[in-house]
Amino acid sequence: MWLPDALPLASNLEAARSQMAFTLGFHIVLASLGVAFPAMMLVANYRGLRHDDADALLLARRWSKVVAVTFAVGAVTGTVLSFEFGLLWPAFTGRFGEVFGVLFAIEGIFFFLEAIFVAIYIFGWRRLAPWTHFWAGVPIVITGLGGAFSVVAVNSWMNQPQGFSPTSGDVTKVQPLKVIFNPAVPYEVPHMILAAYLVTGFLVASVYAVGMLRGRRDRYHRLGLLIPLTIAAIATPIQFAVGDTAARAIAKDQPVKFAGMECVQQTATHVTEYIYGRCTSSGVKGGIGIPGFDSFLVGFSTDTQVTGLDSVPPDDRPPDNTMLHWAFDTMVGICTALIALGLWLGFAWWRRRDIPQTPWFLRVTAVSGVAAVVALEAGWIVTEVGRQPWIVNDVMRTEDAVTKADGIWVTFGLVVALYVALGVTLVATLRAMSRRWRAADESETEVPYGPPDAVPAGVSAGGAP
Amino acid sequence: MSTADAVAGVLWTGVTAYAVFGGADFGAGFWSLAAGGGVHGRRARDLVDWAIGPVWEANHVWLIFVLVVLWTAFPTAFEAIFSTLFIPLSLAALGIVLRGAGFAFHKTARRLEGRGVAERLFGVSSLLTPFFLGTVVGAVASGRVPLGNAAGDPVTSWLNPLSLVVGALFVATSAYLAAVFLVSDARRAGVPDLEESFRVRALGAALVAGALAAAGLVVLHADARYVYDGLTHEGLPLVILSALCGLAVPWLLRRPGARGARAFAVAAVVAVIWGWGVAQYPYLLPEVLTVADGGGASATLTSVLIVFGVAVVLVVPSIALLFTLTQRSLVEEGERPL
Repeated sequence: MWLPDALPLASNLEAARSQMAFTLGFHIVLASLGVAFPAMMLVANYRGLRHDDADALLLARRWSKVVAVTFAVGAVTGTVLSFEFGLLWPAFTGRFGEVFGVLFAIEGIFFFLEAIFVAIYIFGWRRLAPWTHFWAGVPIVITGLGGAFSVVAVNSWMNQPQGFSPTSGDVTKVQPLKVIFNPAVPYEVPHMILAAYLVTGFLVASVYAVGMLRGRRDRYHRLGLLIPLTIAAIATPIQFAVGDTAARAIAKDQPVKFAGMECVQQTATHVTEYIYGRCTSSGVKGGIGIPGFDSFLVGFSTDTQVTGLDSVPPDDRPPDNTMLHWAFDTMVGICTALIALGLWLGFAWWRRRDIPQTPWFLRVTAVSGVAAVVALEAGWIVTEVGRQPWIVNDVMRTEDAVTKADGIWVTFGLVVALYVALGVTLVATLRAMSRRWRAADESETEVPYGPPDAVPAGVSAGGAP
Repeated sequence: MSTADAVAGVLWTGVTAYAVFGGADFGAGFWSLAAGGGVHGRRARDLVDWAIGPVWEANHVWLIFVLVVLWTAFPTAFEAIFSTLFIPLSLAALGIVLRGAGFAFHKTARRLEGRGVAERLFGVSSLLTPFFLGTVVGAVASGRVPLGNAAGDPVTSWLNPLSLVVGALFVATSAYLAAVFLVSDARRAGVPDLEESFRVRALGAALVAGALAAAGLVVLHADARYVYDGLTHEGLPLVILSALCGLAVPWLLRRPGARGARAFAVAAVVAVIWGWGVAQYPYLLPEVLTVADGGGASATLTSVLIVFGVAVVLVVPSIALLFTLTQRSLVEEGERPL
């Protein structure tokens, strides 16, 4: 695969898969922020208005500036993905665009409304009446959920394709409702939306945890930690239950994917659950084995039969088995640890109405953001690599979907360079905004609402878009 | 009119909206780049930021709309265009990334050099994207995009006189639209000297765009006969309407302080796009694929129309709200340009 001249098509497939994985893996973090961050911003805004809480209002105002920047970058990386439907996978879109496309058309409405209300909210802080301004933010949350539904439903359809015929050759008949409400939607869509809230919550909380570890322990920082961490702590156990349901559904609907995730070579009962370990054709090497537990997880009994990779020919099995297995275990492991963090917070709050006092709580919270992002990426590896070699499960192979145009390795290289620069600039920009705000805290107070004349000069000069 | 025709109309509506709103945005980037240094240049760029800040994101959603409707309703055409025209479309996408990133970051970059880099990226990519999208339109119009996965020539399909002229025309039209819009924005911001300087630029851009449009007709005659014939027959009334509106703009702008140029500038662009659509009909890809043959399954086409209906009901009032709030300066960037 490293000799593009010798194997042009195989090389195109590798390049296109790499580029898609990279751009999607990048976009998914921004998309998660786009879905969940506005909700946290509005919680702070509501608290600020309802309880006359200046700290909460200041958080909401600053978070809205972060939303503005991440939304703009997310819109760009999302546009790239829609180009890639044609640039990388023209045969897939050419054959099935008429099947899954309606979902993207619906997503288009949500995204459009989201962009409009993001603009009204972000640029409306000074002149709109406070509660009018708050309500202008509510559609952002709703459209974020709707957009997530539409996009993830397309991925669900690729896992559980239905609602079109014939299943080979050109599609002539489409049943849009069966496409939209395909069987994977009930678990995949909530799983992704919860992931967005979880990732955003831990990520935002981790920023304020770092600030508190550096000695900035004022009420503003505690509130900045508490709002997102509470939301994430509520979402995490629900996520665990939804994920568990999803895994069982996959064991039934996409048994080969599940076998790949769990390194199950032969169909059998009393299958051992391995935590990590190396997948080989003769079973798992290393790792911690719990006899019978895999069968138990699938059917609540060790007698449950689990389908193995041997149920299909080698060409139909997912590649990179060990990576797939590790990705799955990493996602589950991180989610479990994050539940523990949430319980820690919940316990301290129940006993003392405060966050735990030990610096260890802040240290753990400080790494929880990165951990949540790792879990998110691991989850996408599970669903995407686990579906291979199919782009549409059991219907179309990824190798038949890829473009025949030359130059994908070039665009992949460009995209990596560009996105690395984009990511570095984004982080640097957010850090610069934070430094500027800290400097502003030391000089004067920002006044979010009020006639323009009452706004101190420093506010607009520090204004993000 | 068949369902496929109606969906093609929806697609063309999206193309029109993108050309007008997205085009004006690209043009604003062009003027930001061309503003030059010094205090005057700084103020012109501030005016551009202030004018497009709240609306630019929404303006570019139209592109997504066009892509989605194309691949949903006419998937084989989408496959053919995106695989054969891999190079210009990749470059257009590159421009979109740079442009969005430049715009997102230039306001937050405190240090001057960072801000300068971001602004130049924004400006240069505002040229690249419409240019390469123009070459794609030229390739389609001249029948250089055969059906199938990368079946056409990867280079000559878009590197030909027609594509280059259309690419240049797209850039010029964007600059022209933007300059006319910025005259009104400068008036709204209360900066008469910038109003005057954009009036002069609008006149210049109108001349260039008009000259390129005339050159385009000549190349079309030689290279894309089907579209040329359509433009000079079925599409002729719309072409004449476009020319009249196009001429009205410099006439209105001949003296400082004149109003109404914006509506005529938009009308000129809308009329020529629909003239083109009429000229190309019934073909989606001229002399390769018709709208009727390229249309997807009937349930899909109906769904697209339903979704479009919902979009009209929900999105149009929301856009109107945003534009109204912006025009009344209830929603605005932190500072007005001084």
